[in-house]
Amino acid sequence: MDGPSPPQPPLPAPFTHTHPAPTLLTQGAEALLYCTYFLTPSHPCALKYRPSKPYRNPILDKRLTRHRILSEARTLVKCRREGVSVPGVLALDAEGDGVSGGWMMMEWVEGKTVREVLVAGAKRRKEGRDDEDGWEEGVTALMGKIGRAVGRMHEVGVVHGDLTTSNIMLGPLAAPQQNGVTTNGEHMEQVGEGLGGEIVLIDFGLAGQSLQDEDKAVDLYVLERAFGSTHPEAEEGFQEVLKVYEESYKGAKVVLKRLEDVRMRGRKRSLLG
Amino acid sequence: MAALQTLHLAHLPPDLAVHVALYTDVRNASFLRDQLLQGNPDFEYALVDASVILSTTHALAAVFRAANDHLKGRLKSRNVHSEIVFSLGANNNIAQSLRTFGITPTTTNLLAIKLSTDPSITSSTISEHLSASIQGIQVEFNDAKLAGLNNIAKIRKLYKLGGVGEEGSKGKRRRKDGTVESSGLVDGTAAKDAERERRELEVAILGLMALRGAV
Repeated sequence: MDGPSPPQPPLPAPFTHTHPAPTLLTQGAEALLYCTYFLTPSHPCALKYRPSKPYRNPILDKRLTRHRILSEARTLVKCRREGVSVPGVLALDAEGDGVSGGWMMMEWVEGKTVREVLVAGAKRRKEGRDDEDGWEEGVTALMGKIGRAVGRMHEVGVVHGDLTTSNIMLGPLAAPQQNGVTTNGEHMEQVGEGLGGEIVLIDFGLAGQSLQDEDKAVDLYVLERAFGSTHPEAEEGFQEVLKVYEESYKGAKVVLKRLEDVRMRGRKRSLLG
Repeated sequence: MAALQTLHLAHLPPDLAVHVALYTDVRNASFLRDQLLQGNPDFEYALVDASVILSTTHALAAVFRAANDHLKGRLKSRNVHSEIVFSLGANNNIAQSLRTFGITPTTTNLLAIKLSTDPSITSSTISEHLSASIQGIQVEFNDAKLAGLNNIAKIRKLYKLGGVGEEGSKGKRRRKDGTVESSGLVDGTAAKDAERERRELEVAILGLMALRGAV
């Protein structure tokens, strides 16, 4: 998030009344992610706001926004019902008021992204401050948990569509939810930079429901590339992801077979788009 | 005796207060229901059967949705109060939601909700009218009281959430730790498990209410 940030569209009603105002956490091409709270200030939540795009035809814009919000919510609700670890949907407004776009509120997820955890870990090792024995083992265990989470998601017929280390969260170790949340969006420094905690998959904006091995293999391929490019030291650990993935559900072996094909040719089979 | 509670939900305009009263042992449910059916303007409340309400969050999430739709001028039912009952449902069928979640002639546990959509509607006017109209015992509106009045099995059935939080139905096996819980009621588990189960059920319900049939 460096450089001059483009002006952010103001939040639509009802969030114009919200006090304190939601804090912007991150911004993508389609949506803005805020930290705010649900019905009471003691119930933190994430607010994903999809502003309308002024350059789009208004009717098309409305339909796209509506479709994307509902599709993401649908996938999250399905995952949550089936026991895949994802943030639950608390409320949404896919209609907007015609001018301001739509939004969705999700459960707040404690912890850090796997990317943050691995980058911080690599930095500490570089600085030679790595006196923690068990970092390697910790990473391996983490990889296993990722493999299991992704396997579970694929088992219920959901593909993520953008499975990177930034879209996998690692919760704090003993995870009583609700506690210690900073509603102002500050990143809390955790005591003891642990690798424990529960894996939560986030950002289902590009997700869909698919039973095709190809789509699942592409998920794994994208994740593998994400590890390869940002965490070269953890690249070999990716084998552990695949190992646990393979054991996690019945169709996994076929998907791994398919992954070999995808590696050979890249993720776009159809050569479209 | 507990009194009418006035709440302010986050994000809603401060003057749009939410007034809530919970009753047990209601004796005149069919009279109250008739007032709603006749469209008696004095009885413009969301009268909800408390036995199908899981928690305060469950009820208030429906209020939040109805209030938001009210503010944006896109109510689908007659008024914001019927919209609250409609918003509890997991599909787009208004009549069905009113029948399922609204007051029935045999309702004994009743949740009455009213929004201050007009400055003349205040806590005291509502309180006065409710105590004159509802024959029942008023109790505090909180999670513990609701938990004593609701019927979890019925709630699961209404939202078709047989397995959530406890497993069973088509979800088959899957407890990560390997313990197989026989589907249905396992009440001997620790309080922590019960709490986790309740939380899972709540979040699943909120998701279904938010989607409202767009599954």
